[in-house]
Amino acid sequence: MIDMSPNLVLVVAIGVLFAAGVYLLLERSLTRVLIGVILIGNGANLLFLVAGGAAGRPPIVGRGSGPMSDPLPQAMVLTAIVITLGMTAFLLALAYRSWQLHRHDEVQDDLEDRRIARLAAVDLLATRDTDIDVAGATLDEEAELARDETDEGVVVGGDLGGTDHARGEGGRPHASGDGPGGDAP
Amino acid sequence: MLALLLAHAVAALVAPALVGWLGRRAFVLLATVPAAAVVWALSLTSRVQHGQGPTEVVDWIPSLGLQLAFRLDTLGWLMTVVVGGVGALVLVYCSGYFRAGAQGLGRFACVFVAFAGSMLGLVLADDMLLMFVFWELTTVTSYLLIGHYADRKPSRRAAMQAIVITTAGGLAMLVGLLLLGHAAGTYRLSEVIAHPPHGTAATVAIVCLVAGVVTKSALIPFHFWLPAAMAAPTPVSAYLHAAAMVKAGVYLVARFGPAYSSDPTWRWLITTLGCATLLLGGYRALRQHDLKLVLAFGTVSQLGLLVLLCGLGTRATALAGLAMLGAHAMFKAALFLVVGVVDAATGTRDLRRLSGVGRELPLTATAGALATASMIGLPPFAGYVAKEAGLEGIAHLDRGWVGPVVLVAVAVGSVLTVGYGLRLWWGAFATKRALVTEAASQDVGLTIAEAGTPDARPAPISHPSLVLVWPALILAVLGLAVALLPHLGEHLLAPYAETYPEGEPGHLALWAGWTPTLALTIGILGVGALLFAIRDRVEAWQSGAYRGPEADRVYRRAMRRLDDLAADVTALTQRGSLPFYLGLILVVFALAVGGVTIAAAAWPQSVRAWDTPGQLVFAAFVVASAVLAARSRRRLKAVILLGVGGYSVAGLFLLQGAPDLALTQVLTETVTLVVFVLVLRKLPPYFSDRPLAASRWVRLGIGVAVGLVVMGVALVAPSARVHAPVSDAFAQEAVEFGGGTNIVNVTLVDIRAWDTVGEISVLLVAATGIASLVFVSRRSGAIFRAADADQDRAVWGGIDDPMAALRRPASVARRAEGRAVDREWLSAGRTLAPQRRSVIFEVVVRLLFHTMIVYSVFLLFSGHNAPGGGFAAGLVTGIALIVRYLAGGRYELGEAAPVQPGVLLGTGLFLSAGVGLVAMVFGKQVLESVIVDLHPPVIGDVHLVTSVFFDVGVFLVVVGLVLDILRSLGAEIDRREEQGLDDGPLRSRQRVRR
Repeated sequence: MIDMSPNLVLVVAIGVLFAAGVYLLLERSLTRVLIGVILIGNGANLLFLVAGGAAGRPPIVGRGSGPMSDPLPQAMVLTAIVITLGMTAFLLALAYRSWQLHRHDEVQDDLEDRRIARLAAVDLLATRDTDIDVAGATLDEEAELARDETDEGVVVGGDLGGTDHARGEGGRPHASGDGPGGDAP
Repeated sequence: MLALLLAHAVAALVAPALVGWLGRRAFVLLATVPAAAVVWALSLTSRVQHGQGPTEVVDWIPSLGLQLAFRLDTLGWLMTVVVGGVGALVLVYCSGYFRAGAQGLGRFACVFVAFAGSMLGLVLADDMLLMFVFWELTTVTSYLLIGHYADRKPSRRAAMQAIVITTAGGLAMLVGLLLLGHAAGTYRLSEVIAHPPHGTAATVAIVCLVAGVVTKSALIPFHFWLPAAMAAPTPVSAYLHAAAMVKAGVYLVARFGPAYSSDPTWRWLITTLGCATLLLGGYRALRQHDLKLVLAFGTVSQLGLLVLLCGLGTRATALAGLAMLGAHAMFKAALFLVVGVVDAATGTRDLRRLSGVGRELPLTATAGALATASMIGLPPFAGYVAKEAGLEGIAHLDRGWVGPVVLVAVAVGSVLTVGYGLRLWWGAFATKRALVTEAASQDVGLTIAEAGTPDARPAPISHPSLVLVWPALILAVLGLAVALLPHLGEHLLAPYAETYPEGEPGHLALWAGWTPTLALTIGILGVGALLFAIRDRVEAWQSGAYRGPEADRVYRRAMRRLDDLAADVTALTQRGSLPFYLGLILVVFALAVGGVTIAAAAWPQSVRAWDTPGQLVFAAFVVASAVLAARSRRRLKAVILLGVGGYSVAGLFLLQGAPDLALTQVLTETVTLVVFVLVLRKLPPYFSDRPLAASRWVRLGIGVAVGLVVMGVALVAPSARVHAPVSDAFAQEAVEFGGGTNIVNVTLVDIRAWDTVGEISVLLVAATGIASLVFVSRRSGAIFRAADADQDRAVWGGIDDPMAALRRPASVARRAEGRAVDREWLSAGRTLAPQRRSVIFEVVVRLLFHTMIVYSVFLLFSGHNAPGGGFAAGLVTGIALIVRYLAGGRYELGEAAPVQPGVLLGTGLFLSAGVGLVAMVFGKQVLESVIVDLHPPVIGDVHLVTSVFFDVGVFLVVVGLVLDILRSLGAEIDRREEQGLDDGPLRSRQRVRR
């Protein structure tokens, strides 16, 4: 079993890495944010090692003697290192794109969020939504005016839809010249 | 039952195609599906009556205990007949109601049939959660049907209002169902009803269930969505908002009535809400001018009555409630259909404009008269039988003063029903002398409609097809027919009433003798007729009387307040500032984790200062570089300090006993440094100054707090281990199954291979993202080959050439001496600007490149047994490419790696993931290694492990990533720089600013 007491030197290094990393992370310059993330990443990787126990010989079977260091955190850290590389490159591409568009790499406030906050402060709606207008007729008053696209009833001579329903109730063609149409205005 | 629901689903799916093909006649075909449900239910009548209705249980999500459980009992049987019967008739009606080319008919048919199916599922479901699913499906389909005319604002608003209200109630109901299910230990509806849980949880559940009922069945105070829903096409009103969906709430009351009608909470809620809704609906119906609105408020009123009867909790009222449910479905659906006919024939539903319709459309008027008679409770119609039984049941209610109060309420409600019922029929069909004479006098002058005031002339009447008339007529005549056989009805519905624990069994009868109830009925009819006779005065009085707050406006104001609240909360929490968000997260982390660490953690018994003194040296470098990097104002300085820190961390890895990590860390640190420099050349050399010193202290405070907390975690975490680590067994597994001795590498390519597949997928995504951010509209650019380069040697030319005077143009010199171009150290070296070339660098690279590639291949294949592996090998190859690029520019890079990085990434991922499938060929699990030992002559023993292909895949992905970085952040930025593309927008923008 590996000695599980923590290594003070590493603990201090981790603390400083995290503190400096967080300090940079809270910046607006994307480069500084990125440096902060990498520092925190290094700190986290070391944290893995500390959590894995004391140092030992490399985890290769058959080489050397004495207690072996824990291979599992190492495997995890290895993938983390490479992922950090990918992320670093991606964030730098973002910084380049930001420079291309705005000539700086600062992370700006989200304009839409600011707009919503500004409007909320004066109780104005951020989106125009006529469907919740307080003014105007009530919905049942409006429902009163709704009309369906109904059948025209009996049309003399018959059209496509009317052929199979050609006989209207009452047996005679409708009196008025113009049918109701049934169309909504 | 599942087959029936499936038939509905299939019919709904094919409905649009069917309507497209057959036109509106498709509705007749679709009507067969709900009709089949009726036939099925009727064929099972005798079985249901004897309590042997069919049940069906299919496991749905066994892990959640969800089952597709269905059951047909008396209540379900009645609802099925109502839902299927009215559904079929209304579908037939639709085929004649809509104009042939009306908009959205296909969608309408689809949603309508889907609704019929959902409603059927709702009444048949025997699992509470399944019932909820169907309940919500009816809500959604109802929303779509109310909003059928999506281009009209009132339709959209009515639909939105209906779904907001019914879903809110539905969610409350879900909570109630979950509480019940939890308390009862089962979600099977029939079992919960048979053994209902009691106690506080059950009481809360009842309140939640009633919330669902109130919203779905449009009871006070949520009644207003139903009149608003009249914006839907009339067939929808007839089906959903009269016969089927609004009955879902009544169904729920009837379903849980036998179990909970003796609960005081239930009694109070149901009685109060039922009576109030009954009265308010009737009162409001009296002053409507629109026929559909008269019916809508009438429906609200009747729903109150139905809930009241089903929920009162005696056998007699329950029987009456069920009878009323059936009767109401028949007469109310018929009346809506009749109103639809009048609407189609005259183009209006305003009863002030209708006159003489009855004379022109006698059959429609007859259907309307029969249905109205049933509604107002005139003998010998179904409405009369049901209401008579209800009054009888309430009169014998044995609950002190509650009985008489309810009786008075129902009597007054019935009077109102008679009043608005008569007014409805009169308004729709009567010939109004006043209107006719007025019109005659107006015909002389101008048309009033054109002047903008309400048209006072009677609407012209046309003759709609008979298809519209007979569904209503069938329903109306059925209302008469079942009433003539009251004993049959009693016989059919009695099994349900018997499930109630209290009260004498009730009876359905046409003639029960000279009872006080009969006198009451006669009184109701008389007063109601009087109310109709003085309708003008009632209307005038109502319009003058205080109306109270309009529910619809209250709702809208509440929604507006909700929006404001949401905006306020958004403004408070969503500040749009990344530092703010991160700071908040970190503060929460520091407080929460720090608090737990201090309060609950066991501090280690012992600590070690260091493992080897060397750690102290590297740690000092790490600490110093981190602090200096944080303080640095110059970008390049910060990056270089970062690199120093990174290499020192690699040293710590090495001393910890992790050579693989150290190797990888050194390599990535190198690549990182190069990537930084490639991008930093575009950015300003200094970070911008932050004006606020105070914010720096805040950031420092948060940073120190987080640092301390993590240190605490680092102290506590190692000793928190209570079990032997899983990695203890890794050594043996690695050799035995993985065929390698480097445990870390075997872990990556075998033991935890799935993790690695996930990780290289992330790398692939990151690489693609980088290329997309730089190339913007393409995945990547062309490969720069030396042969394509311009002859003017311009790569990286940007700076002055102090030695220019001493140079002869190389190409001229070469041509003069007749030397071959391929004698260069680097094949594309001549594409560089002369002042950018370094002979020493080119020679070194020429010698180094292939060495590095060979080393990389060595790392790749030895990685299984020694430090190395796909990641390290890929990085070494990547660095080799970087070196070529730095020495010879982008054309040199193209010569060194004439492939698109996408190909490498894709092949790599395919190899890694695909090789796992090969293991399956050998009868092993995915990604399990296969070890093959070969003994070919000459070469010696070959120990081949299939996971080496996995590692090759990893290698290719990493190389692809580095190549993508070089080609986009290196070569592409170079190209833009040379062609002045990147600076263009800046100059023009600066000009604009000036």
